[in-house]
Amino acid sequence: MLTLVFAVYLSLTLATAVSQQGQYVSGPHRGGAAEHAAAEDSPYGSLWPLPREVRFSPRSLRLSGSSFQVVDADESSAGASCSILQNAYRRYYEYILPQFADERSRRRGHHHQHGSAAPSELSELRVWISSPDSDCNAYPVATSDESYELSVDQPYAVLKAPKVWGALRGLETFSQLVYEDVYGAKNINVTMITDFPRFPHRGVLLDTSRHFLPIKVILANLEAMAMNKFNVFHWHIVDDPSFPYLSRTFPQLSQMGAYHPYTHVYTPADVKMIIEFARLRGIRVIPEFDTPGHTQAWGKGQKDLLTPCYSGPSPSGTFGPVNPILNTTYDFMELFFQEISTVFPDAYIHLGGDEVDFSCWKSNPDITKFMNQHGFGQDYTKLESLYIQKLLDIVTSTQKGYMIWQEVFDNGVKLKADTLIHVWKGTQEQYRDEMARVTSSGYQTLLSTPWYLNRISYGQDWTNLYKADPQDFTGTDAQKKLVIGGEACMWGEYVDATNLMPRMWPRASAVGERLWSDRNVTNVMDAYSRLSKHRCRMVERGIQAQPLFSSSCRREYKWT
Amino acid sequence: MLAVSVLNFATLLVLVAARQPFPYHNDFDEEPLTSDHPEEEPKGSQYGSLWPLPRQVSVSGVALRLPGSTFRVVDAKDSSADELTVDLPYAILKAPQVWGALRGLETFSQLVYEDEYGTKSINASKILDFPRFQHRGILLDTSRHFLPIKVILANLEAMAMNKFNVFHWHIVDDPSFPYLSRTFPQLSQMGAYHPYTHVYTPADVKMIIEFARLRGIRVVPEFDTPGHTQSWGKGQKDLLTPCYSGSSPSGTFGPVNPILNTTYDFMELFFQEISTVFPDAYIHLGGDEVDFSCWKSNPDIQMWMNVHSFGKDYSKLEAYYIQKWLKPDTVVNVWMGNQGEMSNVTAAGFNTILSSPWYLDYISYGQDWQRYYKVEPLDFKGSDAQKKLVIGGEACLWGEFVDGTNLTPRLWPRASAVGERLWSDRNVTDVNDAYSRLSKHRCRMVERGIPAEPLFTSFCRHEYNGH
Repeated sequence: MLTLVFAVYLSLTLATAVSQQGQYVSGPHRGGAAEHAAAEDSPYGSLWPLPREVRFSPRSLRLSGSSFQVVDADESSAGASCSILQNAYRRYYEYILPQFADERSRRRGHHHQHGSAAPSELSELRVWISSPDSDCNAYPVATSDESYELSVDQPYAVLKAPKVWGALRGLETFSQLVYEDVYGAKNINVTMITDFPRFPHRGVLLDTSRHFLPIKVILANLEAMAMNKFNVFHWHIVDDPSFPYLSRTFPQLSQMGAYHPYTHVYTPADVKMIIEFARLRGIRVIPEFDTPGHTQAWGKGQKDLLTPCYSGPSPSGTFGPVNPILNTTYDFMELFFQEISTVFPDAYIHLGGDEVDFSCWKSNPDITKFMNQHGFGQDYTKLESLYIQKLLDIVTSTQKGYMIWQEVFDNGVKLKADTLIHVWKGTQEQYRDEMARVTSSGYQTLLSTPWYLNRISYGQDWTNLYKADPQDFTGTDAQKKLVIGGEACMWGEYVDATNLMPRMWPRASAVGERLWSDRNVTNVMDAYSRLSKHRCRMVERGIQAQPLFSSSCRREYKWT
Repeated sequence: MLAVSVLNFATLLVLVAARQPFPYHNDFDEEPLTSDHPEEEPKGSQYGSLWPLPRQVSVSGVALRLPGSTFRVVDAKDSSADELTVDLPYAILKAPQVWGALRGLETFSQLVYEDEYGTKSINASKILDFPRFQHRGILLDTSRHFLPIKVILANLEAMAMNKFNVFHWHIVDDPSFPYLSRTFPQLSQMGAYHPYTHVYTPADVKMIIEFARLRGIRVVPEFDTPGHTQSWGKGQKDLLTPCYSGSSPSGTFGPVNPILNTTYDFMELFFQEISTVFPDAYIHLGGDEVDFSCWKSNPDIQMWMNVHSFGKDYSKLEAYYIQKWLKPDTVVNVWMGNQGEMSNVTAAGFNTILSSPWYLDYISYGQDWQRYYKVEPLDFKGSDAQKKLVIGGEACLWGEFVDGTNLTPRLWPRASAVGERLWSDRNVTDVNDAYSRLSKHRCRMVERGIPAEPLFTSFCRHEYNGH
């Protein structure tokens, strides 16, 4: 629950200082679109997503550009060799005091006197990793501890977290507390914050098959994810239209299946860089290799992998899903997923399994024969199950866990108990029922249905994203605990490097708060006020986040 | 794929080099798009990447190379060719005025393609071209969000690539007043989002007008009154009508106050300035969505209505105000309504510009460009004389939900659909052919640095690479 002390005084300071905001909502031409009046300023300033407990004092402290620093606390289990923190300190220093970043790097090496701060100055932020094992060199995992406590007071602020992951979240929060006064000076109020996420799985899906996304865009999106405390990048890397993943074992897959074999591929070095960039921000990278459907692009480089479709008694020249009746298929998959399991360090792989079209299988006489031999009759879901079952065995043997889209569960495929079921279909009523069914079967689940950000509409659709709650279904407490979170999905039909970022942000931010903050944080007007400022902050940090409504940012997006 | 690239006898003296004759029309670009929707599998258009489609195009199979180091565009000394003729020894672009030459240069550039070795080629062609409608506009709204100069200039560039010729600058409105007036500097001082960082100075305006002129684009500013003027009131005392709550002023303000002489004194000075700052012969005076409730609440206005025997008809008061501006050659911008409205306006003898089907701020999922493309501006009941009064249309991008972060990809290539409708022949309506050409045209815009968004699952040889 939220605790609010002294909020009345502070709201004025924070709100007016952090960013200007439009006051007009009335009279948009041709009547109509005024969903939200310039909301009253939130007592929580520009905090996004809202932390669990926030206590503000009206007392403000100044940050000196020349002497403020972020340092390891003496008690911390992480030290100068912890690159994940050292990188983060530099990143957040630049976010907080951009105008001093250059000057400071020139002055590097000058010794700073502790305890010499002026009366109302905050001299440093001390970061204290309290667990003996800081996770400095680890990858974030599903159970990583992201909690932290932040105390901003004189003579220094303390950010205490069991692991580096919580420290990353706390640094973001600290940076969100800093505001600019009318003279351009950076201030922060005396504040106590305790924070931890509501759900462990807070993801964003990007689709690099329907349009190739340049590395730059993926990295910028990871930056924005960190600003919104997301922790999973679900990389829908290949699909029907193209296969941009350059496989070391099967290079012909991208050679033939990518839009272009050199300019539209992700090399092993690219993938490695993206994973490390994500790790430094506490973000897991879960790749999706969707089979047996959505595999047209695989077929271009891998002969006999796909099922030949028939038109009457002869092959039509087109191909359907992966061919599940050939041993070569499974030999290929075994080698392929062995590679994937070493390239991607995360404990999970998303195996897709959605939207398998049976018509091609039905047309193929060899498959019909196989069906008869196995007594499957006309039930092609049994054939799908057979394929998936074998695939799951293969992936299990690589020591990876797996996520799958809901159809695999719906079709009754036998699954390992720790399988994650990804719900994406249907109306609100249908997805709630699905969540209830999946959890009553004892599986962990995550939700995406209400968060298909590729579906756009006129107006402030972020409010609908904001109102959806993954635990809003009929079920026991034990069932609710099986909900591990959700993902905002940006499918690629209509987005590429030209428009992805503004379409994603700040709409995905709405999902970010739903997945991080307390369940009771549902006040849309309060959210509007904070999110408007948060989006201006993203813009200042170079993220092309689009406006919520008529408004201005103190510093508009700069096309440099 | 182009078959012409197989041969390689590149000699040639003058400006271009010949390759192999080829007896039929070619598809200029290389790849079919991969598509999730088989029905959308595009066939290459015989017109390559031309957008908007010229009136008459004949492309021969003769491909000519453009040597990068020696190809030149020069003023002709003498010419006997018609319009654009691409042939040996040189191509000729003939136009009565520079404006046609600008359009023709764009067309010429769209005929050039790259073969698989990266060589630039162009096929021998003859093109005759002229616009269907004289007014082909884009509206940008710089009041709801301030648009940095860079964004405005980028859109003028994109407009030129799509043969648009009017930038309708909806410069001020309720939310902010970014126009820095020399006569009334307090208007932006008080009414802009920020008096220094969120204003257009006289130098900015001049530069934008010149940048547009160089691309054959008129700049028509809109100063919308008497409604949509909240931001004017911040810097200009007594301009707006004080609203009343019962017998006392409520502290809020309504439309421009039409009963005070000071209002007209102000407007006269203000529009004197505007008419010198903006060289175009037209100014857009707005006049939309006037809310009468504040006028109704104000006792002074009620008294004035009685004195003038207007009764309760506040539209008479509005007309009284508007009358001060309207002249017989007024162009009515139809933004509301439908074919019926077009009928009424043209029947009254006014020139008309259509915008209602082209509000590009209204977004939806999927390929909505097709909807804009299918609009036929003359599809209303009326005489031929009435149809002639339709002088064109405008694609409008109102500013509630767009600023520098997302405006350009939201506008392009959706506005391109409107561009072709306003430029090309009425019969150019094949959506599949348009899809093929527009996909290539959008990749060309991307290559030229315009972040034009994709139509559907696809790729460009050179993807957008940031800025």
